[in-house]
Amino acid sequence: MTRTAGDEEALVAALKGGDESAFAALVDRHAPAMLRVARGYVPSREIAEEVVQETWIALLKGIDSFEGRSSVRTWLFTVLINIAKRRGMRERRDADVAVMAFTGATVDPARFRGSDDPYPGHWLPNEVPSPFPDTPEGSVLGDELITLARRELDKLPERQRVVVTMRDMLGLGSAEVCELLDISFANQRVLLHRGRAAVRQVLESYLRETT
Amino acid sequence: MTTGPMDCNELVELVTAYLDGSLELEDRARFDLHLLECDGCENYLQQFRSTVATVGKIPFDELDPAFRNRLITAFREWR
Repeated sequence: MTRTAGDEEALVAALKGGDESAFAALVDRHAPAMLRVARGYVPSREIAEEVVQETWIALLKGIDSFEGRSSVRTWLFTVLINIAKRRGMRERRDADVAVMAFTGATVDPARFRGSDDPYPGHWLPNEVPSPFPDTPEGSVLGDELITLARRELDKLPERQRVVVTMRDMLGLGSAEVCELLDISFANQRVLLHRGRAAVRQVLESYLRETT
Repeated sequence: MTTGPMDCNELVELVTAYLDGSLELEDRARFDLHLLECDGCENYLQQFRSTVATVGKIPFDELDPAFRNRLITAFREWR
């Protein structure tokens, strides 16, 4: 999943020269992730595709002045998110407030000892988490867990889904995600934590049933 | 601003901050001390790391060939 940055400069140089295969290589490398992120802002796949297309056209129009100060990926996502926000008509500030207002627990409070217990707030004996098994690359269980994680990710509220996608699927850092989404570090962390915790719960429930 | 020992139900809400290294040092110390004596939370942390790794293995969808062609066509028009 890690994109090799080394040849990206060469691809940009080739693109400036009008090389179609360089364009196709960049599209194959970045467009799938762009589609996924755009989908978090707009109501349909069709509009997400339009947003992605508009972003590539903007890259082409600006390619001569592209100096590689930022990576192609950062450039693409910055432009993509600006276009997607315009098309999505969703108010970011409202979303930010909603994040902070919601402070429910990410683990069912019923799993912990109550205030009348000598160890309040600690795991109840039959609710203590067990480690997830190691799943070798390509193992049946590993593939099942990936499928489950993907299904749960798709079900997350959009802000959580976008943040988890950028951090854990794209591997972006927290500073970059905050800047791209124009949200505070605290909100980014809340969204990421809630999203990850929801996926964790699904995996745990599945593993408890099957193993 | 709590300075007493950390409870399990507090720890589980701080795991992302812990993994990002963004906890205050005081809270990080309480987190680490709790982990030393709580297998359940150590397992929870392991589950969380494993979850993050699993999400990292989700493949991106293949581009729909028709959409890919549209992008290439846009490129030819630009050139």
